[in-house]
Amino acid sequence: MLIHARGLRKTFGDFEAVRGIDVDVPRGQAFGFLGPNGAGKSSTMRMVAAVSPPTGGTLRILGMDPAEQSSAIKARIGVCPQEDTLDLELSVRDNLYVYGRYFGLPRKEVRARVDELLAFVQLGEKADAMVDDLSGGMKRRLTIARSLINRPEILLLDEPTTGLDPQARHVVWDRLFRLKAQGVTLVLTTHYMDEAEQLCDRLVVMDKGHIVAEGSPLELIRAHATREVAELRFGAGGAQAEHEAVAEQVAGLADRVEVLPDRLLLYSDDGERTLAQVHAAGLRPTTTLVRRATLEDVFLRLTGRTLVD
Amino acid sequence: MTTTPRPGTGPSTSPTSPASTAPGSVVDGALRLAPYWATVLRRTWKGGVISALVTPLLYVVAMGVLLGGFIEVAPGELEGATSYLAFVAPGLLAAHVMTLVIGETTYPVMSGVKWHKTFFAMHATPLGIGSIVLANVGFILLRTLVVSAFFVAVLAPFGVFTTWWGAVLAWATQALVIGAFTTPVFAFAAGLQDETAFALVFRLGMIPMFLFSGAFFPVGNLDAPLEVVARLTPLWHGVDLTRMFALGTFELGPALVHVAYLVALTALGWWWAVRRLRARMVV
Repeated sequence: MLIHARGLRKTFGDFEAVRGIDVDVPRGQAFGFLGPNGAGKSSTMRMVAAVSPPTGGTLRILGMDPAEQSSAIKARIGVCPQEDTLDLELSVRDNLYVYGRYFGLPRKEVRARVDELLAFVQLGEKADAMVDDLSGGMKRRLTIARSLINRPEILLLDEPTTGLDPQARHVVWDRLFRLKAQGVTLVLTTHYMDEAEQLCDRLVVMDKGHIVAEGSPLELIRAHATREVAELRFGAGGAQAEHEAVAEQVAGLADRVEVLPDRLLLYSDDGERTLAQVHAAGLRPTTTLVRRATLEDVFLRLTGRTLVD
Repeated sequence: MTTTPRPGTGPSTSPTSPASTAPGSVVDGALRLAPYWATVLRRTWKGGVISALVTPLLYVVAMGVLLGGFIEVAPGELEGATSYLAFVAPGLLAAHVMTLVIGETTYPVMSGVKWHKTFFAMHATPLGIGSIVLANVGFILLRTLVVSAFFVAVLAPFGVFTTWWGAVLAWATQALVIGAFTTPVFAFAAGLQDETAFALVFRLGMIPMFLFSGAFFPVGNLDAPLEVVARLTPLWHGVDLTRMFALGTFELGPALVHVAYLVALTALGWWWAVRRLRARMVV
């Protein structure tokens, strides 16, 4: 196991950010922490990155105790923090070069890796630009390139695409996919269920410092949701009271019904058939949508809340 | 892409390429930061050189030559200086060094822990807190020593140094002044949540010290309680030691006290800086 945690806890004063979690990440896996803001994902990541001492429990990274051997651990992992910590006044190339030297790598080796990584994140043409002039997506890719300069055995990505526009997100995902295909162990946090579904072999769902579910995206969806979901919206205002009333009428038509402020979710294995039954019952929703169940539904089921508020 | 680079596949797939390592010591770690600080220097040295040459010239002409032209006193009243210019020149040197160092350890340090978070980027690598502090302090020391050398070189033609080796020792004294201000102010800045407290450093620390720590007039001119306060400031110790070497009025006892004071403050500041930066970053 590259990462092994048992009963891992982190408290800040009276606040318990992580309340005793067990995690195992084997080599080559893409592992995700999925949860809303404040679930304890970033606190966990900082402990795994050996920059935040655990309050309790056991933590081993690459077989080492971060309390004793943080430098040795940090030499062998790559960290892509949530906020880019690039030096804005340095060029793209210089940012990578000086960072490579922090790992004790020889000059020539770092230069070779910088060129290789700039090509990998498609920033070769921007090598001599100042970081301040890059777009958000380019900065993120540069941060990812930087985190790879020591050829890490584990790559930690904290919210890798938060704040990026959809196109930039897809470019980042594509690069992460390539790394995954090369067998790099990825550990990422995200509050985007599509990101977790696309990138993670296995993930844990975190809520309020606890792990509430664990498995592959497909396993989690199978275990905690149905195959399909029919979404119904009634009226422009979408009054919750009205939705509650409708929910009682459709209760028998689906395996489960969730009432959200703006819509009703009907869980069943055949969404179209459920929808037909809704219409047959004389209900006239203003808009309808049938879709595959996602991790968002899993999270809703497990916590009663949505991921992105 | 025509070639498929294999970044991040780990040392196992590329057995011939060197692996990253943990630094063997704080100094080893700090040396790994040298390329970073060299890059920062490469970006900023041009403006620095002009200012390093022009600033001492402005000071010495305005304060030493023009203002000093109005001042006629017996040598005994100016701590052994034969002219006000000779008296004020070493004071200007040490006081200017103080302002430079405080400039380097306030906003830039805040940037490292808050705005650009460059210290966090460094700390995500095998580098420890001690190495991060040492490299930054070392950079400030070297850079300010170079600026001080320019300062001394500009002052020398005005005949303010009685011997060439006195000029060299007056310059070397600046290393102690730099240390005594760099580490405590770095420590103070590293723990701040925002930059508003820097106004305190400037208004209640730097400016009063600049004006009242013996750079421009003998601290003996102050009333008794204020004179004691002035003699307790690090700048006075720096100014007095610099002046001893410049004027050739060296006395071993007081000189040792100055050195001990400035070294102790540097060491205390160092301890506090590492402690405060760790408390800020390792949470």
